[in-house]
Amino acid sequence: MKIVNGLYYTQDHEWVKLEGNAALVGITDFAAHALGSIVFVELPEVDAEIEAEENFGTIESVKAASDMLMPVTGKVIAVNEDLENDPSLVNSDPYENWICKIEIANKADLDELMNAEEYEAFCKEEA
Amino acid sequence: MVKYDQLIFEISKEGRKGYAFPGCKVDNVNLDEMIPSALRRGTEIILPEVSEPQLVRHYTQVSMKNFGVDTGFYPLGSCTMKYNPKINEDMASLPKFSALHPHQEERTVQGALELMHNLSGMLSEIGGMDAFSLQPAAGAQGELAGLMIIKAYHEKRGDFKRTKIIVPDSAHGTNPASAHIAGFDVVEIKSTKDGAIDIENLKAALNDEIAGLMLTNPSTLGLFEKNIVEIAKLVHEAGGQLYYDGANLNAIMGQTRPGDMGFDVVHYNLHKTFTTPHGGGGPGSGPVGVKKHLEPFLPKPVVTKVGDTFTLDNNRPDSIGRLKSFNGNFGILVRAYTYILTMGAEGLSRVSEMAVLNANYIQEKLKAHYTLPVDTICKHEFVLAGLKNELSTCSTLDVAKRLLDHGYHPPTIYFPLIVPNAIMIEPTETESLETLDAFIDVMIQISKEADENPELLKNAPTTTVIRRVDEVMAARSPILKWEKQ
Repeated sequence: MKIVNGLYYTQDHEWVKLEGNAALVGITDFAAHALGSIVFVELPEVDAEIEAEENFGTIESVKAASDMLMPVTGKVIAVNEDLENDPSLVNSDPYENWICKIEIANKADLDELMNAEEYEAFCKEEA
Repeated sequence: MVKYDQLIFEISKEGRKGYAFPGCKVDNVNLDEMIPSALRRGTEIILPEVSEPQLVRHYTQVSMKNFGVDTGFYPLGSCTMKYNPKINEDMASLPKFSALHPHQEERTVQGALELMHNLSGMLSEIGGMDAFSLQPAAGAQGELAGLMIIKAYHEKRGDFKRTKIIVPDSAHGTNPASAHIAGFDVVEIKSTKDGAIDIENLKAALNDEIAGLMLTNPSTLGLFEKNIVEIAKLVHEAGGQLYYDGANLNAIMGQTRPGDMGFDVVHYNLHKTFTTPHGGGGPGSGPVGVKKHLEPFLPKPVVTKVGDTFTLDNNRPDSIGRLKSFNGNFGILVRAYTYILTMGAEGLSRVSEMAVLNANYIQEKLKAHYTLPVDTICKHEFVLAGLKNELSTCSTLDVAKRLLDHGYHPPTIYFPLIVPNAIMIEPTETESLETLDAFIDVMIQISKEADENPELLKNAPTTTVIRRVDEVMAARSPILKWEKQ
């Protein structure tokens, strides 16, 4: 299982990567593996303001459909449209193929999330 | 397995007919004068052209491709694929039932109404409830009915702020879906490791916006929810109602009752627990039962007995209304009623005992070869977490596909979501020891093949007409109908 240093992680297996004032949001390798072959990604709408832990999209695999939960409150400023044509990109590299780009309302919220080390321990416990 | 794989259109030959009309003895008319062109189909209608024997052979071949409990073992967890006794069919095909018209006057269908009245009473007795509606045509419609009843109950009390339903993360997908359709927001709570309700999580989720909690007992992991009395107390203290999903009723009949556990609303699946046809369109039947305080809200009409006469009572001002045309899937009710009478009270208790024994027998024999996440005595079903050998290159899907080569319908896989690589096995009570042993042997053999010759699993199935399907393509670009080239 791949975990990337320097990202923020949620208990729901999303990651956040800070890029200046914006941040990329995606799902982790652990989540992508658990889901199996992904067949559909429902992206949020650009400009949508979404609260932390609220549903920002759905990801569907041959096994199950799951909600994706927003790690921190923020506004969607871009979505990864490549996933509409090829959702399997998430399986091939879940850290490269982000789901949406957001403007974080309050960066202090990131402190609530786990770092790579904490997330690794969390996954071990989950499995 | 029949190797036939043609579509009726593929054997079609232009101009071939299976009929012969006599010559036309009426005048031709201009179609434009009869039906305006705007109302007529603009494109050519494509119908297969085959002879009668071709037609009969085609559909006979196709019918033999069905897999069902009449052809083999079908341990599909959470679905209770038990044998449907043929006496059910005998009773349902009696002309006095099958030839009834739903618009007949009540005085001419007293027997049918009596059957429905009696069946409601029996279902109430089995579940410890006070009244039943037989209208819902499937489990999901039963859930919808139950949730609408809960909503109507709160609103009747003038309480409009209860807009949320709690559903555990191990629940059947229909639970949150039904709650959503009924207009509720869904609050998901995380279960404990052994699939039970986490009391602390429940407490944290309960407040005056909660309309109710949906639960199945035994849980989706096939384990009895031991804290059910406390759960019921907590939900009721918070002003909520407790909903019982009867998917797992086969585990507890004659042993305990949802009504006694504190549930306010239940639905059963007659097509699971009560041996009516399942799959292939059934049709299903999902009666909804309630405690006294919810009875006014049941779908209408309700069959009632006035003196010695049975009547359909439509005068129910608080009813959530009618959910299904006429009186539900009546033929299915006849089958379920037949089953209950055939088994009797003792028989139904024995059903659950044997269903639980069979599940435990397989669980015990397989746990050395597959991962058993919660190693305890189960109820009517159990969930494995894939192959024991964690380093195996074979997946749960590969195991399921390999089972096809041995003539078994695979168990439910990758559900519940709280168990990774889940294999959910429910043998039911109607299988012989020999069948269980044969299945166990095959499962053990497959686990060995996974170590010694994983390609056997990865290439499976090899004996079916259609080999391994591309599930990603099937989900992303399904071809749903034949089109002329």
